[in-house]
Amino acid sequence: MNIFFAIIAAVTIAAAVAAMSLRNLVHCALALAVAFAGLAAAYLELGAQFVGFTQILVYVGAVAILVVFAILLTRGSETSPHSVLSAGWLSGILVAVAVLAVLVYAIAKSFVLQNAVPAQPTVTVKQIGEALMTKFVLPLEVVGLLLTAALIGAVIIALKEEGKK
Amino acid sequence: MVESLDQIFVTLNHLLTGFAPEALRPAVSAIISIAGIIGVFASLFAVTTVFERKGLGRIQNRYGPNRVGPFGFFQPAADGIKALIKEDLVPRAADKVVHFLAPLMVVIPAFLVYTVLPIGRNMVLADYDAGVLFFFAIGAATELSVFMAGWSSHNKYSLLGAMRAIAQMISYEIPLILSSVTVIMIVGSLSTSKIVEAQAGYHSFGLPNWFVFTPWGLVGFLLFMIAATAETNRSPFDLPEGESEIIAGYYIEYSGFKFALFFLGEYMGMFAISGLGITLFLGGWHAPLALLEFVPSYMWFFAKLLVIVFIFIWIRGTLPRLRMDQLMNFAWKFMLPMALINIVSAAVWHFMLPGWQRWVVGAAVAAVSYVLLGLGLMEGKKLEKRRYRFAE
Repeated sequence: MNIFFAIIAAVTIAAAVAAMSLRNLVHCALALAVAFAGLAAAYLELGAQFVGFTQILVYVGAVAILVVFAILLTRGSETSPHSVLSAGWLSGILVAVAVLAVLVYAIAKSFVLQNAVPAQPTVTVKQIGEALMTKFVLPLEVVGLLLTAALIGAVIIALKEEGKK
Repeated sequence: MVESLDQIFVTLNHLLTGFAPEALRPAVSAIISIAGIIGVFASLFAVTTVFERKGLGRIQNRYGPNRVGPFGFFQPAADGIKALIKEDLVPRAADKVVHFLAPLMVVIPAFLVYTVLPIGRNMVLADYDAGVLFFFAIGAATELSVFMAGWSSHNKYSLLGAMRAIAQMISYEIPLILSSVTVIMIVGSLSTSKIVEAQAGYHSFGLPNWFVFTPWGLVGFLLFMIAATAETNRSPFDLPEGESEIIAGYYIEYSGFKFALFFLGEYMGMFAISGLGITLFLGGWHAPLALLEFVPSYMWFFAKLLVIVFIFIWIRGTLPRLRMDQLMNFAWKFMLPMALINIVSAAVWHFMLPGWQRWVVGAAVAAVSYVLLGLGLMEGKKLEKRRYRFAE
């Protein structure tokens, strides 16, 4: 583990904790954006340029904005008077620790760890594009169709209904 | 001699890096390049503010700044000192931390995008394999900082300005990216230096091999520059600022040097996006004529940049501000379909054999789609000469 990864991980985790524990919802959304950016930095650190830049473009550029808009348009950005901790926080922590223990156990016993770590491949954007256009063209088309359907659905919801004025 | 003049900054960087110990050389080289980029583009910002104010003054039949130094050229120094010694006002209701961070978050991405711009032969700071994607990713981060500025001020006008800015930036980001997709398709690479390389050389009749001199390239370039104008919130797309309606939009509650930082970020964004337009469509640092190749490559980049900045200033002095519905209609009903048709046109161009046929097809597609989409945009509108009631 090198020092860059340590810094990135620390920032990402701190931002994620802040996103959960801050009182002001807009602050939470901004902290979440920092966590997204930290993840992108982790991808870049691993040499995955395309995924890293796409992470910034989609999550910091679009999803964070969407979250912020949703907060502003629905409940206002006032700080809530209630405590951020719900009543059952103790049992919540217990459940979380139990789930973590199961996951750690499963991963530690997994056969994946027994295999030797393969050498890190250097994948260029061109290779990703060629794979998407040849081997994975059907999934790509399906995703495109799904997104188009979602877009049309959103437009239909937003349309003014005829006759009802 | 010509070669050495062209590469003088690269050689200088190598020379200075040579003084550093072996292990630190990559870092030292990067720091020197970064210092150069920040220095050059920040001074370009200072010069542009003077030119903009003088140019607008000329268009509006007045003098513009002419008191500080010869012909008013030291005006930016006076402006900078004024911004530094002004009181830094923060509204009592403002969110202090976010209010403080917002101007920084505007300036940082604005400078970051220069890492992938090739400003001369061998003069690109980081030649990423996905350079163009990097540019758009970092550019998209600006929207969040605009929101931070507008929301943290706790002022309804600044929030309105931020909402307008974000709506506009998201809408125009799509045609911006789609219009540059054509170039990426033709070159087959997202790397900015490869895109510039692909535009080297000259046609048989003297024109350079730039993408703007193809039917799809011309349409793409015009769409790109219109979207870039909207993306940088410049007139006629300056609704987020709209002095006459929402006073100054998202930076209404900023004073002193924080306001200057917003101003800096806005101009840096304008230079960067013009630089990307030059890289994608105007041949990057390549000379326009074969016999002008002796002029150093970076001179050509900055010459093209200054021409585009001049056109930006010209447009600002000429066109009135759009209305919000006109802005959105234009983005979604004209720019987006036009950019999509242009992608198809570029693909057809790529698969047709070189010859006059593909020029005819490309030009016909561009003209027909322009006319039809323009008619669609005008549908239901009665255009006539505006009558001013007070003048009758």
